Amino acid sequence: MIGFIVKRFINYAILSAIATLSAYLLASTILNPAGRYLGRNPRPSDETINSILTGLGVNPHTPVIERLWTWVVNLVTHGSLGDTIHNTTVVSEMTARAGTSLRLLILGTIIAAIVGVAIGVWGAVRQYKFSDQAISYASFTILATPSFVLGILLMILATLLNNVLGVQLINFTGEYTAGLDGGWWVQFWDRAAHLLLPTISLALMGAAGYSRYQRSAMLDVLSADYIRTARSKGRTRGSALVRHGVRVALIPMSTYFAYSFATVLAGAAVTELVFSWHGMGEMLVNAITQSDINAFTGAVLFNAVLILIAGTLSDVVYAALDPRVRV
Amino acid sequence: MSMLDEIPVADPAAGNPEVIQSPKPVSRFRLVLSRLRSTPRFWVGIIGLGTIVLWAIFGLAPNAWNASDLDTFNMGSSPTALHWFGTSDIGEDIYAQTIVGLRKSLIIGLLVGPLAAIIAGVVGAVAGYVGGWWDKAIVWVIDLLLVLPSLFLFILLSPIFKSLSWVALIFLLAGFGWMIMARVIRAQTKSLRERDFIKAARFMGVDTWTIIRRHVLPNVSSLLIIDATLGVGGAILSETTLSFFGFGIQAPDVSLGTLLASGQSAAATRPWLFVFPAAILVFTVLSASLVGDALRDAVDPTSGVNRE
Repeated sequence: MIGFIVKRFINYAILSAIATLSAYLLASTILNPAGRYLGRNPRPSDETINSILTGLGVNPHTPVIERLWTWVVNLVTHGSLGDTIHNTTVVSEMTARAGTSLRLLILGTIIAAIVGVAIGVWGAVRQYKFSDQAISYASFTILATPSFVLGILLMILATLLNNVLGVQLINFTGEYTAGLDGGWWVQFWDRAAHLLLPTISLALMGAAGYSRYQRSAMLDVLSADYIRTARSKGRTRGSALVRHGVRVALIPMSTYFAYSFATVLAGAAVTELVFSWHGMGEMLVNAITQSDINAFTGAVLFNAVLILIAGTLSDVVYAALDPRVRV
Repeated sequence: MSMLDEIPVADPAAGNPEVIQSPKPVSRFRLVLSRLRSTPRFWVGIIGLGTIVLWAIFGLAPNAWNASDLDTFNMGSSPTALHWFGTSDIGEDIYAQTIVGLRKSLIIGLLVGPLAAIIAGVVGAVAGYVGGWWDKAIVWVIDLLLVLPSLFLFILLSPIFKSLSWVALIFLLAGFGWMIMARVIRAQTKSLRERDFIKAARFMGVDTWTIIRRHVLPNVSSLLIIDATLGVGGAILSETTLSFFGFGIQAPDVSLGTLLASGQSAAATRPWLFVFPAAILVFTVLSASLVGDALRDAVDPTSGVNRE
């Protein structure tokens, strides 16, 4: 089992490394970091621009392979990801933002997985009954809603709720209230209140997708002989469903989880932008609009590491659920 | 290098689990059609999609305003008999704008879905049939694109595509929408490769391209049709998300995404600017995905989690 997981981990690690390097190459060829300075008035001299770009390690006059090599060497020897165009290090920018994104991602993914699996199992057990139909159509509708529409609709609802109640019950702009005084506890509640809507948004999207897959995986399992055997042995229906049904149906889900995580990341980036959170998603989009190659690569590396972790975790779950892997 | 285990695909050509009591053998096409007819989801989807398409074509006719007209006497009005969906703060008729935006989004969706399915079919069939280094390279690219969220690549490539017309966006979306289906097609082709009729063709000296075109692709066509249908909704979602953040359709052109972007700031105070286009968008994508889902169930009733 350890061997299996190590093998998969190495596989993901290579893939993440290649993804990051390709992102660097792609960004270097497409983005034009000099454009930011050319548009200034008065226009800085060519030497100034050149020295700034060389200092950042993004000068287009240096061959791209050489720049990539310097970047890799810096990463390996100093653990540095270079500087952003605002002369801060990418690493410090990332540490400032990563917590914001991770809070949203971890909570959203966990809630999505639990709710999605529960609803999916429920729908499969009650196949074609009213509750199943209602769940199916609801998840199709959520899957048909772009994440930015879902976020804004939640904001409209929250505004209506606040108006009806006459108090600002749900806050949704930004990550915390600026200039809020109070102790640790007040700050904590403020952040938790801001977290509410983005998390619901992300969790709804995820749960809708997972529940569809869990439902069909569960339906495949329900007709299997071993469920009938478990029942005829004298197990209760609930126990047979959980011990023999859900457990087996979760095996393909663990693979799907790794598959879908890239989509979750993209959805989280959109959610961050909609709710004006200063997270990694915003950093990535800003980096592209400002032609900041180092910041872009840093953000891609962050995503790649998350995919690496999610992929390995889903393999651990896979191995834990499926005894055949452990042999 | 493969990120996931090969996805086992049920063989659609193999026996049908339903017993058909009829003197003549029923053709596969008729069987799928009869299964589709008995799926309520299919009818909901196809009627919804048909309504949307007809509405996009003829919807402007009963309306007194065009998308570019400015009604300076009714700026920022809520929905009235004069302006069915209200007006924006410079007096644009939201109903007319929604229809023009819907047309663009529909065209993009209806072209990208099939285009991506064709790419998926060709790439998957080549990888599965030719094998060897071609296969390795293609799987590697597919895995890479699955790890890099395609939304980020779209945004990265947007400076190039902004300068071109909106038609370029179709190719961009299709160019990144084929990966998952290509893996499925590849797995399917690998099993087809060992079947007698393909072996026979190979031993008779038929060249690779002809085998792929005449024998492999027709045998995976049902998967491709499903993918093309499901891809329509996905493409509309990608397009609107890109346009919403200003990376997709650019200013003089209107799509549902740009419309939603301009309505976003007033979403809480003047909800008609946002809610109507958003509802149309969700309805369109929902109809397309219901058709795709019903199609998938009809082509392979045993299909489970291993799809998509």
